[in-house]
Amino acid sequence: MNQQKRMDEGDRASIILKEILRLAHGHIRLMEVCGTHTVSIFRSGIRSLLPEGIELISGPGCPVCVTPVGEIDRAIALAQIKDVALLTFGDLMRVPATSSSLNQERAMGRDIRIVTSPLDAVEIAQREAQRRIIFFAVGFETTSPAIAAAVKEARRRGISNLYLLSCQRLIPPAIRVLVSSRDLKIDGFILPGHVSVIIGKSPYSFIAREFSLMGVITGFEALDILEGVYMLLCQKKEGRSDIEVQYRRAVKEEGNQLALEIMEEVFEPVSARWRGLGMIPESGLTLREEFKEMDAALAFDIPYKDKKDPPGCLCGEILQGLKSPPDCPLFDTRCTPEMPVGPCMVSSEGSCAAFHKYGVSR
Amino acid sequence: MKQDKILLAHGAGGKLSHDLLKELFLPFLENEILCALDDSAVIPTGRSRLAFTTDSYVVKPLFFPGGDIGRLSICGTVNDLAMAGARPLGISASFILEEGFSTGELERVIFSIKEASMEAGVMVVAGDTKVVEHGAAEGLFITTSGVGIVPEGVDIRGSNAIPGDLVIVNGPIGDHEIGVLLARGEFSLKGEIKSDCAPLSGLVQAMLDTSIDIHVLRDPTRGGIATVLWEIANASKVGIIVEEEKIKVRKEVRGVCDLLGFDPYYLANEGKLVAFVPEGEAKRVLDAMKTEPLGRESVIIGRVVDENPGKVLLKTRIGGHRLLEPLSGEQLPRIC
Repeated sequence: MNQQKRMDEGDRASIILKEILRLAHGHIRLMEVCGTHTVSIFRSGIRSLLPEGIELISGPGCPVCVTPVGEIDRAIALAQIKDVALLTFGDLMRVPATSSSLNQERAMGRDIRIVTSPLDAVEIAQREAQRRIIFFAVGFETTSPAIAAAVKEARRRGISNLYLLSCQRLIPPAIRVLVSSRDLKIDGFILPGHVSVIIGKSPYSFIAREFSLMGVITGFEALDILEGVYMLLCQKKEGRSDIEVQYRRAVKEEGNQLALEIMEEVFEPVSARWRGLGMIPESGLTLREEFKEMDAALAFDIPYKDKKDPPGCLCGEILQGLKSPPDCPLFDTRCTPEMPVGPCMVSSEGSCAAFHKYGVSR
Repeated sequence: MKQDKILLAHGAGGKLSHDLLKELFLPFLENEILCALDDSAVIPTGRSRLAFTTDSYVVKPLFFPGGDIGRLSICGTVNDLAMAGARPLGISASFILEEGFSTGELERVIFSIKEASMEAGVMVVAGDTKVVEHGAAEGLFITTSGVGIVPEGVDIRGSNAIPGDLVIVNGPIGDHEIGVLLARGEFSLKGEIKSDCAPLSGLVQAMLDTSIDIHVLRDPTRGGIATVLWEIANASKVGIIVEEEKIKVRKEVRGVCDLLGFDPYYLANEGKLVAFVPEGEAKRVLDAMKTEPLGRESVIIGRVVDENPGKVLLKTRIGGHRLLEPLSGEQLPRIC
């Protein structure tokens, strides 16, 4: 049965590929915004199958990659406080900060733990009432509802030793910055599937309306991505620029209302700094007034200090789609997954790590 | 920028472990036998050859579905001997015990050691115990060493793969790492996957009884089959092409991988082997493997080619291709 399904996958892929080949004329540049797409494209070898004229460019959709150095410095400073346990998603551990990394701090005995769900933070805070638990909240709209749910759950249980260092970011404002830039020559977007499950279709409509660019909200299987590319090629042929949904089995046009409501209840948008893209208005999430006592940035009085990216590192340009990892002089020389210089080489969803690991373009 | 501290990733069996070996250990300890970096050292002693290997076990938790640290410590060392084609002669086991560790649990571990060594047809012939203060070790660490005899005519090495060889794996990959991960419960994931932890000496014996012309055997433990295939491609200076469609991964294992962003080709196994066999012998060897309990799900996953020496190419299910590189950084610490 499984074997049957997989044979179908190969057959279906070759049918879509035939259609793509039929439609592909001239050059077209498509950006996959989301890191999960980047990884899936490499894993399934899609680049090796597409005609040369179709160029896929990785965008800023890896939450670890867009977290500024200064925020990781701040997380490290928090982890150095007595009786504090810092909880983080695993990929952040190895990102080099100004003089250390969370991994190195853990090796020196700081209490830094990896969690996979924000609700784990609530359990840990309840179990270890004598410690102050700080959750390093990094992520896009995909993770924010779960973080909001954890905040509410902590409140419900009367937990007072849980804090949030919020570095959550929102995708549509970042896309606006990208499309407003004159440097970026993009014909259309492969839009993120998971984020769109939450926010739906309308937050992207400005891409088509104001900038006359096309976009297709796409799932993460190889066949989804091929179909997404096909739908974009169809739009180009017909001279349209619309926002369409390929990932219909998961994405509703209006998004997930419950998730949006809980996010809205707990967080409010603020201006936020992105690595590579700089300060973007209304692109971050901070705790609303009534939850402010859980804000680690306030409770521990460790201010954010802006830090420059490491010299020579092109992560900034790579996140904007202006450069490709092999363009960076550090790529695969001084910057490797073992000794990463920039975050795009660390995160499993970072473009540099994907180029390195799947090594197709070298 | 060189790392000045040991990180958990240095123990993951990937690129960093390799660097540690190459930069710190080999410069001091270099010799022809060690530098082969095979699973067992093969030492000529007069007319016969002795296989010798050692391994430490620090798995966390000590007990997991499909095994425990005791079973693992026998299987790991027996398998390293088997990967040289050696018949195991005897095993030594050293125990580092933490003050306060339960004697009941120790008894369970020792019983597992007895069971696993009976399955492998080998005896524990020497041992040692040390006790350290509370906090200086986590419960129990075990180091086992093993010696075996390599039968005449058998020459199995990582550098022996030649173009035309077919690549065989004896079943679905990734069960051990995901089994241990779920047993830890730290990812708040439910479900139970049994580790594949098993001694492969019987299976290898059956393979050698069918054909003595087996070129390479490796057990894909830390770093998974991707790392092992890469090591062989480099040691033998050949290219390897494997097909995603042929490599079995259990549905449950794939599910956890999707959730955590793991790649199954990098997951550790403790009861799997990768064999490189000349095309003419492959069918007979495969048939022989399939009659063995640990080889029933054996399958040919790919072949060795002249092109792209040192590279491993994976043909994907949709007909594309990508490179399999060795494991970088850590996937999960303390899995064996």
